[in-house]
Amino acid sequence: MTAYLLKRLAISLATLVLASIVVFAVLEILPGDPARLMLGMNASADQVELLRNQMGLNAPLLLRYLHWVGGLLSLDFGRSYTYSVPVIDLVRERLAVSLPLALIALALSTVIAIPVGLFSASRRGRAGDTISMGAAQLGVAVPNFWFALMLIYVFAVWLRLVPAGGFPGWSPGIWPALKSLLLPAVALALPQAAILARVTRSALIEVLNEDYIRTARAKGLPYRAVLWRHALRNAMIPVLTILGLQFAFLLAGTIIIENVFYLPGLGRLVFQAITQRDLIVVESVVMLLVAAVIAVNLVVDLSYAVVDPRLRGRQ
Amino acid sequence: MKLWKTLLAAAVLAVATATSAFAARTDLVIGIPLEPPHLDPTAGAAAAIREVTYANVFEGLTRIGPNGEVLPDLAESWTISDDGKVYTFKLHSGVKFHDGADFSAEDVKFSLDRARAENSVNAQKQLFAAIDKVDVVDPATVKVTLTHPQGSFLYNMGWGDAVIVSPKSADTNKEKPVGTGPFKFGNWAKGSSITLLKSDHYWGAPVFLEKVEFRIVPDAAAAVPALLSGDIQAFPFFDPDSVSQVKDDPRFKVVVGATEGETILSINNKKPPFDKLQVRQAISYALDRKAIIDGASAGLGLPIGSHMSPANKYYVDLTGRYPHDVAKAKELLKEAGLENGFKATLKLPPTTYARLGGEIIASQLRDVGINLEIIPVEWAQWLDQVFTKKDYDLTIVSHTEPNDIDIYSRKDYYFNYANPAFNKVIADLELTSDEAKRKELYAQAQKILADDAVVGFLYELPKVGVWDAKLLGLWESAPIPANDLTKVKWSE
Repeated sequence: MTAYLLKRLAISLATLVLASIVVFAVLEILPGDPARLMLGMNASADQVELLRNQMGLNAPLLLRYLHWVGGLLSLDFGRSYTYSVPVIDLVRERLAVSLPLALIALALSTVIAIPVGLFSASRRGRAGDTISMGAAQLGVAVPNFWFALMLIYVFAVWLRLVPAGGFPGWSPGIWPALKSLLLPAVALALPQAAILARVTRSALIEVLNEDYIRTARAKGLPYRAVLWRHALRNAMIPVLTILGLQFAFLLAGTIIIENVFYLPGLGRLVFQAITQRDLIVVESVVMLLVAAVIAVNLVVDLSYAVVDPRLRGRQ
Repeated sequence: MKLWKTLLAAAVLAVATATSAFAARTDLVIGIPLEPPHLDPTAGAAAAIREVTYANVFEGLTRIGPNGEVLPDLAESWTISDDGKVYTFKLHSGVKFHDGADFSAEDVKFSLDRARAENSVNAQKQLFAAIDKVDVVDPATVKVTLTHPQGSFLYNMGWGDAVIVSPKSADTNKEKPVGTGPFKFGNWAKGSSITLLKSDHYWGAPVFLEKVEFRIVPDAAAAVPALLSGDIQAFPFFDPDSVSQVKDDPRFKVVVGATEGETILSINNKKPPFDKLQVRQAISYALDRKAIIDGASAGLGLPIGSHMSPANKYYVDLTGRYPHDVAKAKELLKEAGLENGFKATLKLPPTTYARLGGEIIASQLRDVGINLEIIPVEWAQWLDQVFTKKDYDLTIVSHTEPNDIDIYSRKDYYFNYANPAFNKVIADLELTSDEAKRKELYAQAQKILADDAVVGFLYELPKVGVWDAKLLGLWESAPIPANDLTKVKWSE
C-alpha cells in the first residue's frame, strides 16, 4: 500500500511539472499584450512599453518561468495584472462560491442519480426503466443554460422565491447565500445526475448478470438485499470514477451557468483573466486546478480500495 | 382608556403610512456588463472604471454634462489669458476628500503633474500634452500654462482620466478609490458587485440616493430576468437585441440615446489594393448602412458619413456622399483594374455588432465582387494583430473615445492613412479657440475623410438604456462613458 501511494505521488508530481511547462508555454504563444489591453487604443507605444517594464513582462522567458514556479513552491501565486491584488485572494473569494456550489450540485446529483439507477436496473426493460431512462436522455440533451433560464423564469421572475442571480457573499448570513446558490446547483446537478444515473444503471446491469448474484439469489437472499449489498457495491467503481470527473468539472467548468446567474465563481475568473490576458492569474489558477484534479483522482483511486477489498492487497 | 389607546394606535398608523408614502426609495441597483479591472480612472482605459466612478466618486476641474457640454466642477470659474495660453482656475472652497483630507490647489497641481509625468501610465496622456507648467497661486487658485493655445483644453480637463486625486490616496485608488464626489466607495465584492455610499460631507448639491450598487451581469440573457424580478432596477447599457422583450412593459422605460462610438469598417490604407482610392470608394458605395444597422444593432443607431457622432455639435451630415449603389461600386472597381473582383480578409473582434455586422458586410461586398474571408479574433488578439501590428485588410470596430477625429492624423495609426491636408486641419484645430472657426475646421476634417473614403463609415453606436419607469435622472446619451448619479432619484 505504501509503495502504491509513493508511486501515485511521484506520478502526480511529474504531472504537475509537465502541466506547469505546458500552461506557461501556451500562454506565451497566445497573441495579445496585457499592457496594451489595460491602456487601450489611445496610449502611445512608449507608454505601453513603460507599463510592460513595470509589470515585469520584458524579463527573459526562462527567468519569468523560474520566478513563477519558485513562487508556486513557496505558495506565492503572484499578483493579478488587472486587479493588482494577490492571486490567492482572488482564488479564495471565488472558491467561497464555487466550492459550495460544486458540493451542493454533486450531492444533489448523487441523491437523484443512484436511486434512479437502481430503480431502472432492477426493472430493466419494463415501463419504469423506459420512462426514467427517457428522462435521463432528456436531461443529457437539454442544454443546461436553457434549463437555467427556465428555472429563473419560474422561481425568480414568476414565484419570486429566489433571486434571479448574483451572490450576496457569506457575510449577510448563510441562508441568503444558499438561496442564491440553489437554482444554479439544480441547473448544474440535473444533467450530471442524468449521466450518473445511466452509468449506475449500466454498471448494475452488468453486475446483476454475474454468477455470484445468481448464487446469492439461489441461497435465498431477498432481491433487495442482493441489490444493495452485492450488486451496488460492485458497481460503485465506474460510478466513483464519474463522480470524480464531475467534481473537477463542477469546480471550474461551470462558466456558462456562472454567466447566466452572474455568480463570481472560479470559472468566470479564469475566463475573464484569459480575455484580459491576466496571464499570472490564468497560470496560477490553472495550476491550482491541475493540482485539485490530481488530488481528486488520488482520492478516487484510494476510495476504490475502500469499496473493493481485493484492490487493497494487490499493489 | 380603551378609546384613548385605539386613537393613539390609529394616529401612529397614520403617521407611519404618511411617512412611508412620502419617503421615496433611496437605494438603487444598476446592472453593468463588464467588471472594471480596478477603480482608478487615471490608470487604465477600461470604460467600466468610468461607468462606476465618473462624477460619482471622482471629480475634475471641469466635467462633461449629459449632452457633451463642458460644465464647471471643482473649478467654480476660470479666466483665460488673451493669448489663450494661461488658464487661471478659481476652486471651490470647503471641499474635502472622502478620507477627510482637505482639497486645495496643491492637489490639482499634484494630479496634473502626475498624469503628464515621464513615468505616467495614464491611458489618455495626450490630454495633458499641451501643459507646460502648473502653478499654485493660493489654496483656492491654480494657474495652468500651456505651450500653445489649445481649443479643447477645458473639454480635456473634463475627462475621467483628468480627475483630481489626493497625494495621500493616489496609490491606493485602484482598490479603494478616494475622491471628492458625492458618493464614497463602500465595498467591492470581486466578480459580483461594487457598492457606493452617499458621502457625509459633500460640497455641492446634495444627492438623493443613499446607496448604489453596481452589479456585474455579463450575460445579456440574464439581464432581462434580473429586471423582471426587480433584483436590478436599471441597465444603462442594455443589449439592443433584448429590447423587444421589455419595451411593451409599462414598468420599464426604454431610452435610446447616442454615444461617441463611431462604428466603422476599418481599411488598411497601405495594403494593395486598398491603397487605391477607387477601391475604397467602391467599398463605400457597396455598403448598405440601413441593412447593417437593422442586422447588427436591431435597427437602432444612426448612419454616419464621416468620423463624427450625429449628437456632436461639430457634426455635418455626409451620409449622402456614398449612397448604396452596386453599379457605381463595380464601375469604380473596373477603373481600378479589378473588374474580376478580389479576395481579402475581414477580422472581427468579439463584440456583437462586429460579428453580426461582419456577416452582412461580407455579403454586401460579395455583390460587387469582393470576396471576404471572415476571421473571428479575440479582443486581445485584435489589439495585438490588427491595432499594433497592422496585420489586416479590413476589420470592424467602434471608436468610442469622444471627439476623436484626430486619430486619422496620428502617425503609425492602424489605418495606415496619411494625408498632409488633413493633418494641417487637425493642427489648426489644436491651436484654435474661436468656436465658429473650430466648427468650420471640424467640417473640413470630416469632409476630407469622406472624400478619401479612408474607412467605411457605418453607424453611430446607440446607447440603449432600460430602467424602472419610476427612476429619474439617468443620462439618455453617453457623450463620455459614465453613469452620472448626481441627479438620479425615485419619483413618488
